[in-house]
Amino acid sequence: MLRIDRATYDAIVAHARKDHPDEACGVVAGPEGTDRPERIVPMLNAARSPTFYEFDSGDLLALYRDLDDRDEWAVVVYHSHTATEAYPSRTDVGYASGPAADPRTHYVLVSTRHHGPETGLAGDDVEFRSYRIVDGEVSEEEVEIVETHLFGHSPTTVVYD
Amino acid sequence: MAIEVRIPTILRTHTGGNKTVEGSGDTLAALIDDLDSKHSGLKNRLVTEEGKLHRFVNVYVNDEDVRFTGALDTQVKDGDSVTILPAVAGGC
Repeated sequence: MLRIDRATYDAIVAHARKDHPDEACGVVAGPEGTDRPERIVPMLNAARSPTFYEFDSGDLLALYRDLDDRDEWAVVVYHSHTATEAYPSRTDVGYASGPAADPRTHYVLVSTRHHGPETGLAGDDVEFRSYRIVDGEVSEEEVEIVETHLFGHSPTTVVYD
Repeated sequence: MAIEVRIPTILRTHTGGNKTVEGSGDTLAALIDDLDSKHSGLKNRLVTEEGKLHRFVNVYVNDEDVRFTGALDTQVKDGDSVTILPAVAGGC
């Protein structure tokens, strides 16, 4: 299960909408070894593409050095799909199954495609889904959004995606 | 002096949990062979059966991505800092 605070959830959605029709991407950092996504770091999509995203190689190095200095790691890696559903593509699965990719990462997918009968969504609804990807196997997990002022405490408001 | 190598979280299973290890060699390939002799299994994670750097792995010597400096043939020397990271990319 991914437990994420409302402000971070909203920031990921806002980033995806802002970069539409290109894919948006970034990470949510948290204390290394924990499952707590606490600090959103929006990244530039070096591919600037509606069908592909990529962290620039230099940006990636700077990001991981910064995480290392803060004793953090990437709890969440997020990106958007702008014309298809919020489900990992074959390319996504390939990278996420790479030999240096940590299987403890939560992969969040947001879709900014137009709503239609196939999405079952309307208005400002978004598809916001989270996955674990291990050795090419995708498993979806529940997303629990915690109202921001309660983050770090026991949830009293629980919204399942 | 030696070459300092920063290891990504998931590969620390090969280094006894250590974030950084030290190695030696004149090229990245030699350095990886040296690391593998001390941290068994590391080479298999970084280098494909065809002897190329795995495409989903980024390796830097100091600030330079080795893709632009000769990949496994990149020269390294004592005092260099090598960083290994997972490439982050995808698409719809």
